[in-house]
Amino acid sequence: MDERTSDRIDRRGMLQCMGWAGTGALYMMSGGIASSVTLDAALAATRPGARLAPVGSFSFLQISDSHVGFDKPANPDARATLREAVAKAKLLPVKPSFILHTGDISHLSKDAEFADADAIISEAGIPVFHVPGEHDMLDEGGGKAYLARYGKDTLGAGWYSFDHDGVHFVALVNVANLQPGGMGHLGDEQLTWLAKDLAGRSASTPIVVFAHIPLWTVYADWGWGTDDSTQALSLLRRFGSVTILNGHIHQIIQKVEGNISFHSARSTAYPQPAPGAAASPGPLRVATESLHGMLGIRTATVVPGREPIALIDAALG
Amino acid sequence: MFALLSRPTHAAWLTLAFAVSLAVAICHPANATSPAAVVASVQVVQIKNFAFVPAIVTVAPGTTVTWTNVDEDPHSVVANDKGFRSRALDTQDRYSFTFTKAGDYAYFCSLHPHMTGKIIVKPR
Ligand SMILES: [Cu+2]
Repeated sequence: MDERTSDRIDRRGMLQCMGWAGTGALYMMSGGIASSVTLDAALAATRPGARLAPVGSFSFLQISDSHVGFDKPANPDARATLREAVAKAKLLPVKPSFILHTGDISHLSKDAEFADADAIISEAGIPVFHVPGEHDMLDEGGGKAYLARYGKDTLGAGWYSFDHDGVHFVALVNVANLQPGGMGHLGDEQLTWLAKDLAGRSASTPIVVFAHIPLWTVYADWGWGTDDSTQALSLLRRFGSVTILNGHIHQIIQKVEGNISFHSARSTAYPQPAPGAAASPGPLRVATESLHGMLGIRTATVVPGREPIALIDAALG
Repeated sequence: MFALLSRPTHAAWLTLAFAVSLAVAICHPANATSPAAVVASVQVVQIKNFAFVPAIVTVAPGTTVTWTNVDEDPHSVVANDKGFRSRALDTQDRYSFTFTKAGDYAYFCSLHPHMTGKIIVKPR
């Protein structure tokens, strides 16, 4: 009764999410090679055989760069688009187990921005795990407001890990104590903790790492990378399946390096230009009717024993 | 010395800043005999397209440097040695710091640390 090809099982898992997915691209990881097809093509290919996901699988959401408080021409109401993202998540046929928010919750670290973001995201009715973005570190205390709100049970600048159904999730902070001339930064204290956190775990444990700034160098001229990510990656290479999720660059870019796959996500607030495609990485102004197609959320479906994790990026419109 | 600014409010603000620093220079007894003190001046740096413009500026001691963020993204102005530090500057927000001692003052944006600049303070 089980279908044995991983291709079909992955698709089956992903079909859970397709009822609501609009025109987004769909990302499949197979044999370590990422490929993408449009959702329409995927639906056309699999609709007749659609079945329920196997027992024991689960899904989670990634929401990123909500920038609550942003009200510039690129998107005059970032609260409204976050609400739309959460509304979209609520339409999922299978309720995700939790949300990973990969930072820049707020635009200027104001209490009202954090409070509004929390109120909107809580509408999803599932737990939320956070990491800070650099926009969440702008209070007088340089991140104390973030930690006061989200830092319970975290270490240092807010890093932590947890397990869910056999998958080990690691939340890293690469926006604290940034150094002149540098990019994202993890720091020795966090790297030491990461080494301890991963030590003794079986190489067959699927790992999901989430952080705000990419953990590979997407574009150094714009600071789109993390200075000391190589040290973190060297600790992760022995694992058979490592999925690294980030935000910060407000667009989908991905890369595969051995067993490690990197995926940056769309923002729910405003798009940013492709690397080097503009004078600066600042908010990209697009026609109002195009904006929703450039914002979105991501669903990850985990099927036990079937790596890698399947990701679907769905645009808001 | 003066960067030309198109907005009237900028011009008015600069004139005021200049007048105030000049008045301080003239009225302060300790400054009366110091040649550097009468050079009291202002310098503007724009924060534009994720860069400090100009990135390197040479000024006389006593110069007040004012940074204005014209980007849609917030930025900050933080000395590498933390000797001065702005809060996050949103669009059109300004930050000023008066450099009294000669020296090189390297600084960066704490949100986007690849953004760097330097103020070189030396007597004319
Ligand atoms: Cu900046």
